Amino acid sequence: MLPPDERWAALTRLTPARIALGRAGASLPTREVLRFGLAHAQARDAVHIPFRPEEVAADLAALALETVQVESAAPSRDLYLRRPDLGRRLSPEGQAVLAARRGAFDFAFVVADGLSSTAVQQNAAPLIAAMLPFLKQQDLKLAPVVIASQARVALGDEAAEALGARLVAVLIGERPGLSSPDSLGAYLTFAPRRGLSDAMRNCVSNIRPGGLTFEHAAFKLAWLARQALRRALTGVDLKDESELALVSGEGASRLPIASK
Amino acid sequence: MTHRVTVGGHVHVFADLKQLMAKATPLRSGDMLAGIAAASMEENMAAKIALADLPLRTFLSEALVPYEEDEVTRLILDTHDAAAFSPIASLTVGEFRDWLCSERATPEVLAAIAPGVTPEMAAAVSKLMRNQDLILVARKCRVVTRFRDTIGLPGTMAVRLQPNHPTDDAAGILASTIDGLLYGCGDAVIGINPASDSLPVLGDLVRLLDELIRRFEIPTQSCVLTHVTSAIALIGQGAPVDLVFQSVAGTQKANESFGISLSVLREGLEAGRSLKRGTVGDNVMYFETGQGSALSADAHHGVDQQTLEARAYAVCRPFEPLLVNTVVGFIGPEYLYDGKQIIRAGLEDHFCGKLMGVPLGCDVCYTNHAEADQDDMDTLLTLLGTAGVNFVMGVPGADDVMLNYQSTSFHDQLYIREVLGLRRAPEFEAWLRRMDITDEAGRLSSGRGGQALLAAMQGKAA
Repeated sequence: MLPPDERWAALTRLTPARIALGRAGASLPTREVLRFGLAHAQARDAVHIPFRPEEVAADLAALALETVQVESAAPSRDLYLRRPDLGRRLSPEGQAVLAARRGAFDFAFVVADGLSSTAVQQNAAPLIAAMLPFLKQQDLKLAPVVIASQARVALGDEAAEALGARLVAVLIGERPGLSSPDSLGAYLTFAPRRGLSDAMRNCVSNIRPGGLTFEHAAFKLAWLARQALRRALTGVDLKDESELALVSGEGASRLPIASK
Repeated sequence: MTHRVTVGGHVHVFADLKQLMAKATPLRSGDMLAGIAAASMEENMAAKIALADLPLRTFLSEALVPYEEDEVTRLILDTHDAAAFSPIASLTVGEFRDWLCSERATPEVLAAIAPGVTPEMAAAVSKLMRNQDLILVARKCRVVTRFRDTIGLPGTMAVRLQPNHPTDDAAGILASTIDGLLYGCGDAVIGINPASDSLPVLGDLVRLLDELIRRFEIPTQSCVLTHVTSAIALIGQGAPVDLVFQSVAGTQKANESFGISLSVLREGLEAGRSLKRGTVGDNVMYFETGQGSALSADAHHGVDQQTLEARAYAVCRPFEPLLVNTVVGFIGPEYLYDGKQIIRAGLEDHFCGKLMGVPLGCDVCYTNHAEADQDDMDTLLTLLGTAGVNFVMGVPGADDVMLNYQSTSFHDQLYIREVLGLRRAPEFEAWLRRMDITDEAGRLSSGRGGQALLAAMQGKAA
């Protein structure tokens, strides 16, 4: 049997929570104060470091994807945080740019900075890369990828409606936690148009190397996309049963290697 | 009724009572988002000056949210206790503040008037109070509740142990729970926010905590924070539910967005009490609230978020809750922008709840997109400890790995106990002493405390 201190420390294997931290008197040891401070700094940076859409555009160009860059109606990060309504709407310029690219598309990606530029910067392009083989398999006509700054999820509705897409996947930086400043969320909405509520969407969250992997997330999203187009809906009535498909082998044979 | 006041050579006109209340509120982003905040600092002061002269009884005849449309308004007005109100019936809002700060307002007198204080009266007077007033008066208001231990006694502060896990893993939840118990946390409740909403998973979590509490005879209660209708279903299935949880807000429409009504809450109360699991009392409800929830549900009726928050306490009050928790900084910067707004809101919420006779605790917390940090939480925790808050949260390392926000930690509660000499609920304190986790002074004992608890995890961590 382990001595008590080691037994306590052994609990840390069971949870990502910050347990068995030790103490200095009643307080945290210096080591833990600094570890927490660093995690908080990274989470704050994820919110506030300016989004660099041109880098995402370059990553996507390397995948042979066309891109369009737009901004929301929120002119600054400060206003973006205070006025969620502005982040849900396109700027007038953005509306015009997308209207000019209107076509008949099956599927649109909207890459939005959301609350973590870190997440989008690092994880959006690899997720799209992992999804492309699935979309190709389904023979879907892709709209140009929209890259949106100061954007919230619902901006994807207006963007995809302007482009004329049947289904939209908004890839957006999630509210950063201390242990997950790079967490990407993906929101899938069928027949996107302005004024939809979140009950009309399906969400796959915590997409990052330390959470849900790109390959796994891509499989889930592709499964949901197939069901959404087949059943003409997303939201509370479309339950994510992709795991069943994976277990039954439907996925295994179709799980492609992510191509760069 | 129009309210009019002249200050600095300007005439300020307020169209009605709810506009006067909104403009008198200390500035916060949620009221700006709703478009109801004062347009200038002078207008803010003009509204306070007008509000100070308003008779308290005005709130009994002028509803901020229409009586016909809203069951919360009907609850507030139909159950108002006129006898309890009589000692303050002749006061204006400004005179009420003076009276509350005076020696006449003793803990006994304040407890006696509580059923006569409507949420709108509490909110109105709080708008005229500085932070020190909110602390001074709240400290005199004592609200004591009981289930398996006694929470809210003078000189004590309890802690909700919050052992959340991103996938509801039983061993992970137990590890965080035992960690918290070893720091002397958990006398308010051991309460899990589940990631899942599936009944079998929720039932397993309820049984997990029940087994732990029974095995070690811990004088505390468990709660899995799920929808009240799920708790009722679990009770129907025979699950050992201690506390029935629900998030509530200050308008009927906002509560509808949560999928509840007063009658559903009553069913929850009856289901919880039917199990008779409390040993020293039958306060079986646990409610959570927070400024901004009505606005985010588009159900605010043009009323400011602080007043609506006080109305949420009126929703809680008839259900005799064990715990009411204002989750003050969780909602985000569009409602409470920074540390200053979060701190002020936490003190307002605590004051209003206590003045109304509701057992307020506070999740002293923030998200990473708010302009706040752990220093702000230290400040609010210290102020609320001084104000006599019934309970705070204990989250491992202050980092909730399921909900992705920061709260107060096991270490933070040790700090505030040491600085202010706050004890735990007496039954729980005696248990910690028996387990050799704490010494006679309530400090963590230096040696072998809690070995039995750790031994219980031996197989799982191997």
